[in-house]
Amino acid sequence: MISNELLKIDALCVSFNTQRGKVRAVRNLSLGIAEGETLALVGESGCGKSVTAHAITRLIPMPPGLIESGSIHFRGSNLLSFSEKQMRAIRGSRISMIFQEPMTSLNPVFTIGAQIAEVFLAHSKMSKQNAHTKAVELLKLVKIPDPEKRAKSYPHQLSGGMRQRAMIAMALASPNPGLMIADEPTTALDVTIQAQVLRLLAELKERVGMGLLLITHDMGVVAETADRVAVMYAGRKVEDAPVEEIFTNPRHPYTLGLLGCQPSAPANRGAPRLTSIGGSVPDLLTLGEGCPFENRCNRALPVCRENFPSAAAAGSAHTYYCHNPEAPQTEERRS
Amino acid sequence: MDTKPIPADPGFWADSWHQLKRNRAAMAGLLIIACFALLAIFAPLLAPHNPLEQVIAARMSPPLSSGHLLGTDDLGRDMLSRLIYGGRLSLIIGIISVSISLILGISLGIVAGYFGGWLDKVIMRVIDIMLAFPYILLTIVIVAILGPSLMNAMVAIGISQMPRYARVLRASVMAEREQDYVMAERALGTSNFELMFRTILPNALAPTIVQATLGVGEAILSSAGLSFLGLGAQPPTPEWGLMIASSKQFITSAWWIVTLPGIAILLAVLGFNLLGDGLRDILDPRLRD
Amino acid sequence: MLKFVVKRLLLLLPTLLGVVTLVFFMIALSPGDPARVMLGERASAEQLKKLRAELGLDKPLGQQYALYLGRVLHGDLGKSILTQQKITEELRQRLPATIELAFTATIFASIAGIVLGVAAARKRNTWVDYSTMTGALFGVSMPVFWLALVLIMIFSVALDWLPTGGRMDVRLYFTPITNFFLLDGIILLFKGEGGKIFFNALKHLILPSIALGTIPLAIIARTTRSSMLEVLKQDYVKTARAAGVPEWKVVYHYALKNALLPVITVIGIQFGLLLSGAILTETIFAWPGIGKWIYHSISARDFPAVQGGILFISVFFVLINLAVDLLYSVINPRIRLQ
Repeated sequence: MISNELLKIDALCVSFNTQRGKVRAVRNLSLGIAEGETLALVGESGCGKSVTAHAITRLIPMPPGLIESGSIHFRGSNLLSFSEKQMRAIRGSRISMIFQEPMTSLNPVFTIGAQIAEVFLAHSKMSKQNAHTKAVELLKLVKIPDPEKRAKSYPHQLSGGMRQRAMIAMALASPNPGLMIADEPTTALDVTIQAQVLRLLAELKERVGMGLLLITHDMGVVAETADRVAVMYAGRKVEDAPVEEIFTNPRHPYTLGLLGCQPSAPANRGAPRLTSIGGSVPDLLTLGEGCPFENRCNRALPVCRENFPSAAAAGSAHTYYCHNPEAPQTEERRS
Repeated sequence: MDTKPIPADPGFWADSWHQLKRNRAAMAGLLIIACFALLAIFAPLLAPHNPLEQVIAARMSPPLSSGHLLGTDDLGRDMLSRLIYGGRLSLIIGIISVSISLILGISLGIVAGYFGGWLDKVIMRVIDIMLAFPYILLTIVIVAILGPSLMNAMVAIGISQMPRYARVLRASVMAEREQDYVMAERALGTSNFELMFRTILPNALAPTIVQATLGVGEAILSSAGLSFLGLGAQPPTPEWGLMIASSKQFITSAWWIVTLPGIAILLAVLGFNLLGDGLRDILDPRLRD
Repeated sequence: MLKFVVKRLLLLLPTLLGVVTLVFFMIALSPGDPARVMLGERASAEQLKKLRAELGLDKPLGQQYALYLGRVLHGDLGKSILTQQKITEELRQRLPATIELAFTATIFASIAGIVLGVAAARKRNTWVDYSTMTGALFGVSMPVFWLALVLIMIFSVALDWLPTGGRMDVRLYFTPITNFFLLDGIILLFKGEGGKIFFNALKHLILPSIALGTIPLAIIARTTRSSMLEVLKQDYVKTARAAGVPEWKVVYHYALKNALLPVITVIGIQFGLLLSGAILTETIFAWPGIGKWIYHSISARDFPAVQGGILFISVFFVLINLAVDLLYSVINPRIRLQ
């Protein structure tokens, strides 16, 4: 794994200074993505998924944000030590991002073609004409019908699915993309379009050979797309495993709860739907050193309040962080 | 979800005052206004001289000369005393003009917003037409017709500012009209008049108060402008705009006669603008989340 | 688009009718006898009667109104009592001077206002932001006529850099071509008569433009700042940054184009207001435009002239506001293509 490691995050801590005090949005987070791998980062909103994504591209507004400690290595070099100029060269070229709301994420007063061309122009010397031609090619690649005409359209003239395709095209506007970060790419789309966009993402990933960091709260999306899953809760990673392990052998109570919440999760079809997790996400301002899930967990022990558990392994690629984990599933019960 | 208190609830105003106290710019504005108000109230005690008294021997003394902290004007009148009395006048002008405006604007705005229908259409049409005239032009024309005097200047400013209050109040009255507490009152058989002025008005007034605060500053500016053109206060009244106008020819020789009244106007208007901006941040629902 | 324009024009008709009506009744219903006010206390009964007949004041009010409306529709605003010239002619002679001044003031205010507003937004909560916004607050709190005098005091009297008033030095008198002196200067330049006219006209424009442009400058800077702050929060700015677009391009190309949409409306409205705001400035700088003319007509109690001037400026103001609305829909693709 070491040789083909694309992205490696180590002990990352990110905080925000708010009027009410310091919010520790990401705590001691470690993640790894191999070349060509898809890692799904899952959790409820506000758990630090997006903050992590923004930390990788160093797009956290500072202040009020602050990357307190840790390292983020991309193909061996620590992004946190890069200058703003070096970072700019990485963004959109080696690491690109697509966002949740394709309507608000595209500039309303520029045409789609111009916005994609802009990315080419930002990273290589080429004529505007040339950049525009390449933009049209990309629109064709993401399967937008009539790409020449669509390149001249404004965002509001496209449907939601088409806008998201245009966003993906923009993220691909690079000679050699290494990592694509997709922040809730399908949340704003309706179900049939969601599937199409996911399929497109998976296909393009194979074709271009890039890694994909998929941020989502939708376990259905995870099942369909991811190779590996990292579950986050209130700024902490609580479980990290290959996708089939997560669905068949979840060890952290929160992961199990997350699966129970999903109407479409394959592991749960047939089981009673929508067992929602009781209680609510704790206030990040007042969170102590214990396990953040303690107040909602039906397996909580007194020790959970005291300290956050260290990593436990359940097989070679499966780690979890729990004092009182769920029992491992046997092979028979799995099938 | 925090529940928004009904504005007429005394807690709303106490809460707003609490917020205002933390807004440093607004507090600076309030301080400036308070200083001018104190100077205005105690003008006879604070002014070192009679503002109309001419001492020809001491004419055009520069600031810091003996007995005249801010110097004297071309007729030997004490600048400081004239500025203090001018402040008194400006505050009165600002308050009277805006009061005229508010009486007209509130009546029209509440009637339009409360009754709606054709009455609303007619009133808003007239307001739109009035807004088709540039504000400064409208005041100048009204004074030109009524004849140049300080009272007419105030009436003109009052009429010209009226449309904005009517508009703002109409909008908030329309929003309040549909609220539950109004419905409840109506179900109890409260009369229209009482509903309009006792139930709705106190709750719909906040944005109008913001406009009125800014309006006082603008009225002070406009009245100075009118007096400068000879359409407002008449000599020898110690009015700031008039003081600037009658000293135009001395810009080569006595800078203070021109400069000081302008600074006085600037400060007074600044006070109201600071306070008004601060109030807007707190009271204007459009800026609230 | 055409339908939109036609609809807006039709909506304008009642407003314009209202403006004409209001202007008529303002004068007709003014307290006292207009003829007496115009001619003064010592006028003879004979003179009064003659003027009343001339102005149609001896007819019933309804008839006066109908006559007035008919004349205005034919583009006839009557004659000035003072000069006995047609009012439309008086306006035509003075309009270029007023537009030239309002235009340069607007250009000055827009460029400075946008630059300062963007700087304040980018450096939010730093001294750049605080000083710009404090400056803007002073700008809107300042009496323009006083600022004009202070500018004259400093730059004309003390430093002797710029003229105290007028449009052109008398020694450079020339036969105007368009009556826009800057334009005339350029035309003459091409005819090989040197740049003297142009630069002299420009020099005369500087102080009045600064005085007239200060309030719009402050308002434009404030609007630009808040609009820019709003835009910089948007997702698409994040998208551009995440795509590695250079920061200057993100701000000045990507964000600014969005942020300017509301600013352009403000600039248009301010330009309309300046045409009337010029009364004070034109008077102080002896600028031979419509504002100064209206002021003199008021002083001379030349009511037909005042009436005509007011009507002209108000209609102009209404039309400029319409033009601004149309322009806004042209530059905003979201409205244009719906």
